[in-house]
Amino acid sequence: MSLNQLSALEIAARVRAGEIRARDVLEASLAQIRRLDGQPGSLDEKPLDPAEDQKIHAFIRQTEDLARQQAEEVDRKVAAGEDPGMLAGVPVSIKDIFTLKGIETTAASRILSNFKPPYTATPVRKLMDAGALILGKTNLDEFAFGSSSESSAFKPAPNNPWDPSRVPGGSSGGSTASVAAEEVALSLGTDTGGSIRQPAAFCGVVGLKPTYGRVSRYGLMAFSSSLDCPGPIARNVSDTALTLQAMAGLDPHDSTSSTMPVPDYLEALKKGVKGLRIGLSPDYAHLFYPDFETGELGMESIQSEISQAVEHAANVLADLGAEIVENVPLPNTRYSIPTYFVISRVEAASNLHRFDGVKYGYRTPDEVADLQELLRRTRAEGFGSQPKLRILMGMYLSAVGFAENYYQRALKVRALIRQDFERAFDPQGEFRLDAILTPTTATTAFKRNDFFGNSVRMQYSDQMTVSANHAGLPAMTIPGGLDGNNLPIGIQFIGADFREDLILRAGFAFEQATRDAAWRSVRPAALRQEVE
Amino acid sequence: MKDYEVIIGLETHIQLNTQTKIFCSCKADSWGAAPNTNICPVCSGMPGVLPVLNSEAVHKGARLAVAMHAEINPVSHFDRKNYFYPDLPKGYQITQFDEPIGKGGYLDLQMPNGGTRRVHIHKLHLEEDAGKTKLDHGLRLVDFNRCGVPLVEMVTEPDLRSGDEAAQYLSQLRQLLRWIGVSEADMERGHLRCDANVSIRERGSQVLNTKTEIKNVNSIDAVRQAINEESKRQIELVESGGKVVSYTLDWDADTGKLSMMRSKESEADYRYFREPDLLPVVLSQEEIARVKAELPELPLERKARFESEYGLSAYDAEILTSDRGLSEYFESAVASFGGEAKSVSNWMMNDLSRLMNDLGKTASELVLTPASLAQIIRMVEEGRINAATGKSLLRKVEESGRAPAEIVEAEGLAVIADSDALRAQIEGVLAGATAEVESFRAGKESLLGWFVGQVMRATGGKADPKRTREILLELLKQK
Repeated sequence: MSLNQLSALEIAARVRAGEIRARDVLEASLAQIRRLDGQPGSLDEKPLDPAEDQKIHAFIRQTEDLARQQAEEVDRKVAAGEDPGMLAGVPVSIKDIFTLKGIETTAASRILSNFKPPYTATPVRKLMDAGALILGKTNLDEFAFGSSSESSAFKPAPNNPWDPSRVPGGSSGGSTASVAAEEVALSLGTDTGGSIRQPAAFCGVVGLKPTYGRVSRYGLMAFSSSLDCPGPIARNVSDTALTLQAMAGLDPHDSTSSTMPVPDYLEALKKGVKGLRIGLSPDYAHLFYPDFETGELGMESIQSEISQAVEHAANVLADLGAEIVENVPLPNTRYSIPTYFVISRVEAASNLHRFDGVKYGYRTPDEVADLQELLRRTRAEGFGSQPKLRILMGMYLSAVGFAENYYQRALKVRALIRQDFERAFDPQGEFRLDAILTPTTATTAFKRNDFFGNSVRMQYSDQMTVSANHAGLPAMTIPGGLDGNNLPIGIQFIGADFREDLILRAGFAFEQATRDAAWRSVRPAALRQEVE
Repeated sequence: MKDYEVIIGLETHIQLNTQTKIFCSCKADSWGAAPNTNICPVCSGMPGVLPVLNSEAVHKGARLAVAMHAEINPVSHFDRKNYFYPDLPKGYQITQFDEPIGKGGYLDLQMPNGGTRRVHIHKLHLEEDAGKTKLDHGLRLVDFNRCGVPLVEMVTEPDLRSGDEAAQYLSQLRQLLRWIGVSEADMERGHLRCDANVSIRERGSQVLNTKTEIKNVNSIDAVRQAINEESKRQIELVESGGKVVSYTLDWDADTGKLSMMRSKESEADYRYFREPDLLPVVLSQEEIARVKAELPELPLERKARFESEYGLSAYDAEILTSDRGLSEYFESAVASFGGEAKSVSNWMMNDLSRLMNDLGKTASELVLTPASLAQIIRMVEEGRINAATGKSLLRKVEESGRAPAEIVEAEGLAVIADSDALRAQIEGVLAGATAEVESFRAGKESLLGWFVGQVMRATGGKADPKRTREILLELLKQK
């Protein structure tokens, strides 16, 4: 096994023990990236030859110099007997929506293509303080708007290592692809409606959206302020727990970050699932999709292999001693996408107001007659179509005369969605659940260009994941099997407020119980082709 | 010409004198600093930043609300006001829209006839300030130093009726702000900004007509002037058959003229919504009680008390309560003096006030303590020193910091108490002024004053004027 294939826990333990050097881990990572990633995302879109087209393209920018400095520092500390940190020598990638001081941070948008932040995001700084090596900034949907990573202004967009003719998912597609391709051990992504979990499911890795406020948002270029959550992406549950441990906690720079104490997540994993009550909900067994003529919500099936994987997981957990509680109603889930459309667009439009060409980023090079023209041209030229669509919708939904019917109403529905979960998790209630088990997505990874251009259909990919964002709850996807095309299936655990420990436990138990399953020995297509 | 009434509402923005800005730790006061040197990622609207509320701003905002007799909302919220302008880095201002910190409130305006009229407050809320822009050789330059400074916005009901009343309101407001220590309230430095809304109607009508908004008035006098100009303009317009159009007007202090800035018909839709990056502002009952307890006796209350407790005239009481430090000085001096408050007020309003003006000092800045002032007054009233000496002592104590009695002793300033010694001095003066003595005796009695002056010179000012006159008359009328 080469160093880039090791788990984060393994790397950190060996580096801390002086058994391997951080700089050697770095070299292995860099070699893998060179082998698989191809050219980084760029504003100049050039046609690709077939070989290049099949590369992963997870990164917008590699930060090799920074990683070398960090590796040297880790090795120096180990040699000097100083504590190098809980993630010492672990190669990590960062979704390019987090600021990194002095290094271009683009949000995959032309409007920030030359932006070098004067400060580093708190979650990034925490990983760095823990001794991680930052290999680079990964590609994403522009400003995190999307579920395929195809809307990035930096082409080529990332591909799915399991099948490079398919999308990795989004918006954290570059992050999940970089982990699945064994380029890095961990990645830092963001999840607003499912942007960690959906691509993690598509790429066959673990992705965790923590409780809202568990991880600081300072330095996360905001999409939807009341929904955004930074979170870890890894190849197994223990690594995910380790990364969350490093990132979680109160930040005085973020008024919405929580004062709740951070438990020992790794310790929690060992507790198993005996006696845990895990719920299944009929409201997650189908996709609810509106008829645009009548406005009626119709039901669409979920890919049958995915439903089967969830059922299989329930059986495994039951065998391990968990109590499976069926028929848990979560009836307002079906309204979660329309609610999400409204709330996220209103907040996004406002959050994008600051990109006016005055202070930083792109400014139209043309002569302008007045301020209005400067704004119009800069934003028209700098923003791609996804930001524009969201701004237009957000402005409309929050306008005088419309806000009452749209934005205000959506907030009320959001409260109803939350109440569904409160009822399910109420320790004095009928169900008294510790976790809820659902599919993560309705389908496995779709082909490139399948939905790009159809914003509504694209958004509906998030239907299984978005309710957890509305309710502020932690949710994690883990690999649950493969479909007939050898594409990863994700299964999701949703937990109560700040009970990441319980969903990590459930996920870990399933992972351990199925560690010898045949499907776990199948490798992503891109990795099968690599030169040994 | 019909009889018109002018209806005025004032919108004020008050810069709080906290140490740091409302959502970050940059300094709140950066007057005189080079542009863009008092900024950080948060107040300059960098991508990814988040606001963190300065609790001192809430505390001072609450104190102001209580001082304005407003009700404190125990739970208030911040909202985003979205619009584009170069001096607004985030493209939205964090303000309080529908659930502000204060509800209701009023200020009792001192009317010239002696009564008061209540000016009601329509809105009182916290918000962040924007930056500044200026035009320079065809370029618009932006300075973010002021972005994020904590402001309280206070809007009155249209209860004011003239430029003078508006000026009076601002004057009282400024006094109050300084009194309770929430703002330096210096209009010239932008600590207190004012926009005036003006409309007219026929006297007796209850309707509110179309109003115009006057901006860029940077002094209390300018507010008065601009309102007078605008009300005159509106009356003339209506009298000649025209209609008042809702416009924003810019006041040019140099020319004393108003110019149309923009029509208010096409007002921006600010798309207000709850600020998701901040928590609700919660003030517990204990905290609210503490804010109320901390509030000092307010200017008008103290003025009334000075009139009743110390028997001061309304005029004197007003002067002595114009500044909180001055009023405290006065009370302290009266307590030390132990005699007639009127004596203290006379000294303070005349000679001490002159000294303070000369030196450019407020009462709180004086080296001369209230106790020392009381001592000086006592010495004069007891006849130990004469009035002129007393007055000169004010400056001597202020400059040296020594106790008055000490200076009197050291410089031998005491009045010549000994009649014999005085008599001897007077006899000496008369002996050297025989011609004048003869003139006096011949009938030129006006020379008495001259003799007194001569005696003063001879005694270095230490002769008691009354005693001197008595003895002079006695001696001059002899022989």
